[in-house]
Amino acid sequence: MTQNNRLEGGLIDRSKTLRFTFDGKTYQGHQGDTIASALLANDVRLMGRSFKYHRPRGPLTAGSEEPNALVELREGNRQEPNTRATTAELFDGLSAKSQNRWPSLSFDAMGVNDLLSPFFAAGFYYKTFMWPKAFWEKLYEPIIRRAAGLGSLSMEADPDVYDKGFLHCDLLIIGAGPAGLSAALTAGRAGARVILAEEDFLLGGRLNAETFEIAGMAGHAWAAQTQAELASMDNVRIMTRTAILGAFDHGIYGALERVSDHLAVPAAGKPRQTLWRIYAKRTMLCAGAVERPIAFKNNDRPGIMLSGALRTYANRYAAAAGQTVALFTNNDDGLRSAADLAAKGVDVVAVIDTRADGPSVQAGAHFKGAQVVDAGGKLGLNTITIKLANGQTTRINCTALGVSGGWNPNVHLTSHQRSTPKWDEKIAAFVPESTPAEMSVAGAANGDMSTHAALANGAKQAVTALKDIGIKATAGRTPKAEDEPINVSPFWYVEHKGRAWVDQQNDVTVKDIKLSHQEGFRSVEHLKRYTTLGMATDQGKTANVPGLAIMAEMTGKSIPDTGTTMFRPPYAPTSFGAFAGRHRDEDFRPIRKTPSHKWAEEHDAVFVETGMWLRAQWFPKPGETHWRESVDREVLATRKSVGICDVTTLGKIDVQGTDAATFLNRVYCNAFAKLAVGKTRYGLMLREDGIAMDDGTTARLSENQFVMTTTTANAVPVFRHLEFCRQCAWPDLDVQLISTTEAWAQYAVAGPNSRKLLQKIVDKDFDISNEEFPFMGCGEITVCGGLRARLFRISFSGELAFEIAVPTRYGDSMMRALMEAGEEFDVVPYGTEALGVMRIEKGHAAGNELNGTTTALNLGMGRMVSKKKDSIGSTLSEREGLNQADALNLVGFKPVNSDETFSAGSHFINSDAQANAANDQGYMTSVCYSPNLGHTIGLGYLKDGANRMGETTRAVNPLMGEETEVEIVSAHFIDPEGERLRA
Amino acid sequence: MIINHPLLGPRDSQEFTYLGDMSLINRPDWEADDAVDQFHEYLYLRDNPAGEHKELWFHEQGDRSWLVVTRNTLTHDITKVEIAKDIARQMGRSK
Repeated sequence: MTQNNRLEGGLIDRSKTLRFTFDGKTYQGHQGDTIASALLANDVRLMGRSFKYHRPRGPLTAGSEEPNALVELREGNRQEPNTRATTAELFDGLSAKSQNRWPSLSFDAMGVNDLLSPFFAAGFYYKTFMWPKAFWEKLYEPIIRRAAGLGSLSMEADPDVYDKGFLHCDLLIIGAGPAGLSAALTAGRAGARVILAEEDFLLGGRLNAETFEIAGMAGHAWAAQTQAELASMDNVRIMTRTAILGAFDHGIYGALERVSDHLAVPAAGKPRQTLWRIYAKRTMLCAGAVERPIAFKNNDRPGIMLSGALRTYANRYAAAAGQTVALFTNNDDGLRSAADLAAKGVDVVAVIDTRADGPSVQAGAHFKGAQVVDAGGKLGLNTITIKLANGQTTRINCTALGVSGGWNPNVHLTSHQRSTPKWDEKIAAFVPESTPAEMSVAGAANGDMSTHAALANGAKQAVTALKDIGIKATAGRTPKAEDEPINVSPFWYVEHKGRAWVDQQNDVTVKDIKLSHQEGFRSVEHLKRYTTLGMATDQGKTANVPGLAIMAEMTGKSIPDTGTTMFRPPYAPTSFGAFAGRHRDEDFRPIRKTPSHKWAEEHDAVFVETGMWLRAQWFPKPGETHWRESVDREVLATRKSVGICDVTTLGKIDVQGTDAATFLNRVYCNAFAKLAVGKTRYGLMLREDGIAMDDGTTARLSENQFVMTTTTANAVPVFRHLEFCRQCAWPDLDVQLISTTEAWAQYAVAGPNSRKLLQKIVDKDFDISNEEFPFMGCGEITVCGGLRARLFRISFSGELAFEIAVPTRYGDSMMRALMEAGEEFDVVPYGTEALGVMRIEKGHAAGNELNGTTTALNLGMGRMVSKKKDSIGSTLSEREGLNQADALNLVGFKPVNSDETFSAGSHFINSDAQANAANDQGYMTSVCYSPNLGHTIGLGYLKDGANRMGETTRAVNPLMGEETEVEIVSAHFIDPEGERLRA
Repeated sequence: MIINHPLLGPRDSQEFTYLGDMSLINRPDWEADDAVDQFHEYLYLRDNPAGEHKELWFHEQGDRSWLVVTRNTLTHDITKVEIAKDIARQMGRSK
């Protein structure tokens, strides 16, 4: 395929020919092309189908504001929908597909929507698919989603990596057009740390698209020369292919660098994209301006584009959108295209200026005070109809039409912190009113519409910004450059019966805006929601201002009174991959491994995530096919002889100081002041509102040193809470805290033979007999011939049990030593499931019971709350509402028929009552099969449960259709007298 | 946002955990006759100013200082950052 529409010159590298496919057909382009420019060079104007009506569309722009030319890039797992053909760089072997069409781009069956357009006006969905309600989810929505859609996903995992990074600078310059380059030169020469971020892959902005000269050389050559100087400065970082996504508080900016999007496959070790967080002392927005279209009937024909885009394609990419071109403008800048295109040898057949008094141009037929009223050529423009100043119409054949309705300064980022732009009559556009404190604006983004003004203000603003942060800079002499006004005369749409497109991405017409007004949706924010104007990937960058200008005309208000919709980040479409970065799959969050992890892996443990921790859930033995077999075995073996469980994950907080006991007495609701040295006590911690927060055991190692344990889940919140108490509530208490969760490896050794096992490894100097080391004792000891350790005689399982802690680096060895010492007792390792079964059998509360809604009273610990002292939550725990006579009590449940079972989450309903919320008697919190009892058991909260022992009730689970008759029993299924743990 | 930590200098607010109004420092006297009312007010009734607000932030991924940050809730301007322990003492809290 030859490049029929390829012109002379341009900034493409003709020595590098790149082959690519579009909808399966092979084309050629050059290095420096985008997909859009290469397709245009190959005389392909039709690039997509519109969202709602499936109208054939070509590119409207030559940049990131593109509404139409969205394509699906690449194949297989790298397939990427909704990529703007106008910014996607060409590489050899690139494959692109058009979207939203079937069976083909030129014949799209859904094009029938266009014929049905009278039914699809704004608000159509809201009005039509309202009834019957059930049809919405099952019928209407799936059909609409299939018909109206953008690209499709590969449904495969993305093979590339995405990174996140952090950068700091004195001055962040957003945009590398004449203003940005001038600012960067000024700041760079002053030695400031500068980041120059440019969305494009070339620096220069419009300088690459225009024929302007700067200092006697071509604009793009000046840009290249400036880039070379900046690149030589160590204090300047040039970031191309980098879009600033948002301006956040205190000079923090989000940026997306498309590191490898222009390559077939990222280079080894390189990410596809990097999401940067930039901390800037000062920022200059030099983001330029975006041209806006004029709406007229059929102004969406492929081949109709913005006038400035025609120039970009011709001057920068050496591509003509068509061989015969017409121009339609309301301003002088629109006229520039005539000369530029003619100079490139393109046949400019007509120039239509809405102004009767516009300047004359030397190209084609020039119609002043005229309008384009219609365009023909379904799959590509072939004719336009012009209404002349005298009211007559005439038709002209052309294959491309450049339209200019003026330029909108790119104020987006100035408004991310709620400031709204102001209307500037001189350029008939919004310009920044106020900006975030650290931001200034220069160049076209600020309404400086000439190259000279951009260069001068860029340098000047840089000097001011740097002065604010104590860096002295001087603006050099502004190089000689173009300095013409654009003389725009506002003109938004051509009055006509047909459909004139305002927002091409969302298929919003002038008529839709009028309808919105007619139906009362007149505020711009309502207009946006009702018509979808300004939504989706382009966020209405070309459509918003014309849309609100038309609304202003309807309401009779001025444009500034009508205002703009709120600008919000991200400025440019950003993939989820970039936001996720490396936080995906197994790296979604950090993994914490217990000290016995390696040993557990060697012994085939099945692991479970508990927060960030990976814990052994059970240890299947050969031949065990169901998890219950392993868990039942671990429970029975522990209760029969001895079992070992890694309990390192429980939070450990070291509490020291002369006021440590006083402190603990205030953070636990039960008494702690008089806990003896060498003793451990169960503690219940309340929130200030009287609800149970956490529980655990705290051991007094010496007069002024305690070791507190928390539940695994609450280790972090409890520590935060304690620091609050220490620093804010009682700042003068002499108490210090440190988390030692990861400093100590801790193992529960449980079962009747646990003491015998430990005696084999505890050094002879330490007597751990029942007499010398009774239940709830604790102490610092040595094991294995001198290794320092801590021993606690505490029991979660209800058996005679100990917890032994050694410095974490000995954790693995300790596990192995314990298992070896236990061999003669048939020791078993047990996981979190067996741990859970044993604590339910014993009636110990855990996270299911301490669920953030329950009080000490509910837990059966009401009397533990000391009324003789101040402690967090004690006062409010006395509130009437928390102390009703029929309050929930934690009790045990077993099935009346022991073959039956029930589930946690079931609610209790009295035998004769209907199963509904009004008859709710409480709920089941924990359920397991007890291998010791041979049937299912449960813990749960039941109204007045403590006084209902022996009664029967129903555990009802309507979700599962379950209902079981259950007997209310003590929560302590095993050893209610506590003889085992004191043995 | 950036919080200028009095000991550590400017830090990203991502390192912090937010709690709420500084008045939470002022924990009531449990022995007062109307202690329940006072605690109720302390815990549940707080001003929600559209403007300057003194609030508690915890440097959880830093030095574990609780800070009192004076922040404008409309603009996010931070005008003062103090160590909460010092403020608590100034408010008469001790042991």
